[in-house]
Amino acid sequence: MNYTVVVGLEVHVQLLTASKLFCACANKFNPDNPNVQTCPVCLGLPGSLPVMNRKAFELSLKTAMALDCGIARFTKWDRKQYYYPDLPKAYQISQYDLPYSHDGHLDVKTDDGEGVRRVGIIRVHLEEDAGKNMHDESGRGQDSQVDLNRCGTPLMEIVSEPDIRTPGEARRFLEEMKLLLTYIGVSDCNMQEGSLRCDANINLHIPTDDGGHVATPIVEVKNMNSIRNVELALEYETTRQFREFQETGVKLGDPGGNKVTRGWDANRNVSFEQRGKEEASDYRYFPDPDLVPVTVTEEQLDAIRGETCELPTPRRARFQSEFGLSEYDASVIIDQGPALADYFETVAQGSDGKQAANWVTQDVLREMNERKVDIDEFAIRPDVLSSILKRVTDAEITIKSGREVFAALLADADADIPISIKRIDRIIEERGLKAVSAAGELEGIIATVIERNAQAANDFRNGKQAAIGRLIGEVMRECKGADAKAVRAMLVDELSK
Amino acid sequence: MAIELTRDKVREVARLARLKLTDEEVETFTSQLGHVLEYVDILSEVNTDGVEPMAHAVEQFNVLRDDAVRESLPREAALANAPKTDGRYFQVPQILESS
Amino acid sequence: MTISGSTATELLARLESGESSSVEVTRTFLNAIDRQDETIGAFLFVNSDAALEQARAVDEKRAAGKSVGSLGGLPVAVKDVLCMRDTPTTCGSKILDGFRPPYDSTVVERLRAADAVIIGKTNMDEFAMGSSTENSAYKVTRNPWNTDHTPGGSSGGSAACVAAGMAPLSIGTDTGGSIRQPAAFCGVVGMKPTYGRVSRYGLIAYASSLDQAGPLANDVTGAAALLQAIAGHDARDSTSVNRPVPDYLCGLDQPLEGLKIGIAKEHFVAGLDPEVESTIREALGVYKSLGAEVIDVTLPHSKYAVATYYLIAASEASSNLARYDGVHYGHRAESFTNMVDMYCTTRSEGFGEEVKRRIMLGVFALSEGYSDQYYVKALQVRRLIRQDFDRAFADVDVILAPVAPTPAFKIGELVNDPLAMYLTDIYTISGNLAGIPCLSIPAGFSDAKLPIGMQLYGPAFSEDRLLRAARMFERVAGLSTLSSRLS
Repeated sequence: MNYTVVVGLEVHVQLLTASKLFCACANKFNPDNPNVQTCPVCLGLPGSLPVMNRKAFELSLKTAMALDCGIARFTKWDRKQYYYPDLPKAYQISQYDLPYSHDGHLDVKTDDGEGVRRVGIIRVHLEEDAGKNMHDESGRGQDSQVDLNRCGTPLMEIVSEPDIRTPGEARRFLEEMKLLLTYIGVSDCNMQEGSLRCDANINLHIPTDDGGHVATPIVEVKNMNSIRNVELALEYETTRQFREFQETGVKLGDPGGNKVTRGWDANRNVSFEQRGKEEASDYRYFPDPDLVPVTVTEEQLDAIRGETCELPTPRRARFQSEFGLSEYDASVIIDQGPALADYFETVAQGSDGKQAANWVTQDVLREMNERKVDIDEFAIRPDVLSSILKRVTDAEITIKSGREVFAALLADADADIPISIKRIDRIIEERGLKAVSAAGELEGIIATVIERNAQAANDFRNGKQAAIGRLIGEVMRECKGADAKAVRAMLVDELSK
Repeated sequence: MAIELTRDKVREVARLARLKLTDEEVETFTSQLGHVLEYVDILSEVNTDGVEPMAHAVEQFNVLRDDAVRESLPREAALANAPKTDGRYFQVPQILESS
Repeated sequence: MTISGSTATELLARLESGESSSVEVTRTFLNAIDRQDETIGAFLFVNSDAALEQARAVDEKRAAGKSVGSLGGLPVAVKDVLCMRDTPTTCGSKILDGFRPPYDSTVVERLRAADAVIIGKTNMDEFAMGSSTENSAYKVTRNPWNTDHTPGGSSGGSAACVAAGMAPLSIGTDTGGSIRQPAAFCGVVGMKPTYGRVSRYGLIAYASSLDQAGPLANDVTGAAALLQAIAGHDARDSTSVNRPVPDYLCGLDQPLEGLKIGIAKEHFVAGLDPEVESTIREALGVYKSLGAEVIDVTLPHSKYAVATYYLIAASEASSNLARYDGVHYGHRAESFTNMVDMYCTTRSEGFGEEVKRRIMLGVFALSEGYSDQYYVKALQVRRLIRQDFDRAFADVDVILAPVAPTPAFKIGELVNDPLAMYLTDIYTISGNLAGIPCLSIPAGFSDAKLPIGMQLYGPAFSEDRLLRAARMFERVAGLSTLSSRLS
């Protein structure tokens, strides 16, 4: 059946600040050492007062601008009231009717890889995170435990329009979001540590005979701790909702058709209904009298624009147009983060884009992984690699020799020998890697080798293909800088005469 | 526009306020809060069209602090006033999903 | 002159000249507490040892010729709403029984920096909600002038201890009149500064957009000196105003020339006790005799102030007091069935009736479907009230008004009629809503020999003007003159 899946995501992202949102306690993931990052403010002690972290607000602005949101020139902070032990004030400082940003978007590829889905961003707002409750899972009803290290750390809430149409799009939305946020340096988006969290709202629009459609009850899915789990949970929900609709016919808004919350069980790969809230929530938002409004000027926005790097999507497109990369290669580079993309760009500028992409995505990434280093710590700096590649594209050395130089440089680095462009020349000279480009010289060597190995030459002429290997080997030994493929072609030509 | 404050509404408000009221208290509060609501209804005669709500007593904007870390309280001090701890965590009765 | 009957200025002079030591002065007040507080009930906690230790330290500093803070060695009592490190801070509530904050409020910090000796924490209506100090969970405070009467509230302990000579100075807080009304009932000077003038950091919130700490003293100069010590910007309070603090003492004794005093008819309405009204009229006469000009002003939205105030204060309170849930500090119920029941039982046991009433009102006023009609409407009327004052202060320097409709009422007289109790704040709460400074100073006595106060309102940050205007009056008609007329 041809139903439409309708998904909206609510993403929570922790900001990379040094201190918490309203106090000077460290903003640091520290689950093994509970309740050591607190003070009267984040403990919600009577009499304590919040003061807004400037950096947190700036990072939030940066995010919203990267998502192409409109920025409010006036924004305020509201209290959202609910009781939970990890929320010591019994209200969360958040933003209600005047969030600092609204109406942005993020583009993701559709499932066929061809189209682009523009997913609207309703709003991004800034709020404080809660602490963490640890529940007794033994079933013996032991006390729950509360750790307030995380309480009061800065958190952005990013709410998408229900524009996402498949679980795959939801995954790519989150991947793209994560890439964007790490790219501009506002968050590390580590889902294991909870710095990126996602809840999903999903229902189906099922066509009816009259050409319209009915909507299934909206389900909010929670507890998905990886991007892959979001996709799996949405796939599961799609099937489950359709089956349930076929069995019950219950539509959104019918009795029993209200929004429900389901949790995702990643071990069993199923969603389960979380015990329905016995009461409707009433958060009683009102402006926090302890905080004053914030205004934003055009100059501030310009300054942030000025210090924000090129975003992944336009950069990916530019890599394709400027350096002739395939979309795949461009994505591999961009997805590794801005440092690798910068590295690539330096390499490509001094040589050839495609060559640079091959080397960066294969040789460089492989060696980085083996050495367990970041691109910033990688011994062969981009100007050096660029110089190697330039020699290859200029046919000064062969690709094979290029790889030999690359490996030699890494060996030098491992032996603490300083690496420079000069060092490349030395290696080429020492190892006789200079390409033999004068065709005459090579022809002479080939003739000599054939003469010296008459038997092998005859074998080849008589159809014994393998015999050529020995001839190629001998030519290559005579002439190190030669390209094996070219040598082979010339030998075949010569022997076919 | 004064509303009729019912006992059910008082119970509902008490639930939101996390207060446990005896039936007698529900009676008292229904009557007392009813009187207060009747009294505050005097505001309905004020024309407030276009009047910006005044949430703060002083007009201030952009009070922001630098992102600098200062030492936190030692754990013992953080937990010192708590009714129940295990020396590392605050302890509360097992949390129900719905709470 | 006895120590406990002296003004802060006189005591400071004695301390500075070496006539008395801080230990001596402190001990005298501690003895006064021992003698009288059983009857008056002004203190919840007397800090004898720590106070004497502090006094000794100040004496040593002075003896060593080191510079000493502006309140060097002077005892000050602090309302139990202000956090003090490792010292019981209850807010007059069972729910904070045993709570010892790990930090000092900014006011306490500044008192320490001024070398004041903090002798104790004073009784108050629970969470500052009340006008009689009868709502304290711990004890009733009595009016030193007549112990059948309340001292007013919520800073009843702070007013009573100064009136009874158990402290020369004290700190109160004022959300709807809680410094000024008890000051008036107890015959002392009390001031609510401009909102933002004194840091709220460490002041346990009742209604955050209205709360402000301020001085109580047995004379205007003492109040000025105490305000000087606690006023000023604090980066830990986002609503604290970054603006220089004038020297309140310099020029205090200089009368204001050409003072324009506003009188609003809205301050003389039904329910105003004739004795209070005549006292205010007499005070106006005193000012006229000092050369002041009296001008009629109008504050047309005054009659909405009580309703506006109770909606805003209760709404903010319902949120501020949500944190008392038995998880991180304070009281936790002993028996409950589950987490939610733990919250509910804890709060029901820990809060008194008036606090519950205001929380209920606030939750209702903020709840879905009612918030526009009640909470937001009140915020709008609040702005109209503020605009009334702005217009009035275009024509006058200060506004003279009653503090409370009556002199101190009897203990138990209003406690069962919340609305009647709320209406006793009718002349004070506009100042909190508008955020402007107001001062209460003794102006006379009733036939029943209870003090009657008068109130001066000024525009934002005109504390210096208000203090000078009050001092003008005090010099010719101050408490010593008034009480001599009593006998």
